[in-house]
Amino acid sequence: MTKLSSLIAGIIFGIGLTISGMVNPQKVLGFLNIFDSWDPSLMFVMIGAILIFSPLHFIFKRKSRPIFAKNFVVPTKKNIDKNLIIGAVMFGAGWGLAGLCPGPAISSLSFLNTNVYLFVIFMFLGFYLGNFIKLGNN
Amino acid sequence: MNIINFTPISAFVGGSLIGFAAFLFFVFNGRIAGVSSIASNTIIKNENRLDNILFLSGLIIGPIIYSLSGNEIESVLTNSLPLLISGGLLVGFGTKIGNGCTSGHGVCGISRFSLRSIIATITFIITGVITVLIFGI
Repeated sequence: MTKLSSLIAGIIFGIGLTISGMVNPQKVLGFLNIFDSWDPSLMFVMIGAILIFSPLHFIFKRKSRPIFAKNFVVPTKKNIDKNLIIGAVMFGAGWGLAGLCPGPAISSLSFLNTNVYLFVIFMFLGFYLGNFIKLGNN
Repeated sequence: MNIINFTPISAFVGGSLIGFAAFLFFVFNGRIAGVSSIASNTIIKNENRLDNILFLSGLIIGPIIYSLSGNEIESVLTNSLPLLISGGLLVGFGTKIGNGCTSGHGVCGISRFSLRSIIATITFIITGVITVLIFGI
């Protein structure tokens, strides 16, 4: 059953990314272009998402277990370490270069655009290399 | 600074759907809908692999359903190979090292009041702004 809920959550997530305009790299870059011509829309995407997810997740977190899975799996790390900051700096730079972050990049695969495929292939190569480097640190 | 192309209503509605999808994934699967983790785990971990692939398939199906219902989708991506390659590598590598992206840190993490996510989100937005300032749109 977790398979069904994964697919449905993914579809709704993908429709949300599309309606919000986040599948348009030009719009994302417009948000990052604060000092010139600024498009604040992305801020409203985050506010909308947080206003829904935050309260609902706090209410349901008190349940002993999720509906289909055995238990809740949430990140437990608390410390602000080098990996977090360096990773966020690198991600921000890549985001600013192409205007794509992982969600919209995957959703954009539906547009059958070769440039998106190229970006996604290198994104997965980045995941692979990042995992390798992080393992090296542990 | 002047404000252009601002679409607060569609942004808010789309954002709410993203939040609702993250809520479904949390309540049914008990997991955080961070796309970089879900995507990277498909090639790194055996655990929940099919769930992860189905979630990603959903992300691809979403825009198709939206356009089949008669809506236009606007999307303009650079043609520059160096930008696409370096952008893809940095996004993949950075989100793996930093444990999250716009969805995992920016939406879910901030919603959970995680200090790590708040700091990561501020950091990647500032770096993104500086990158656009240097390289332009």
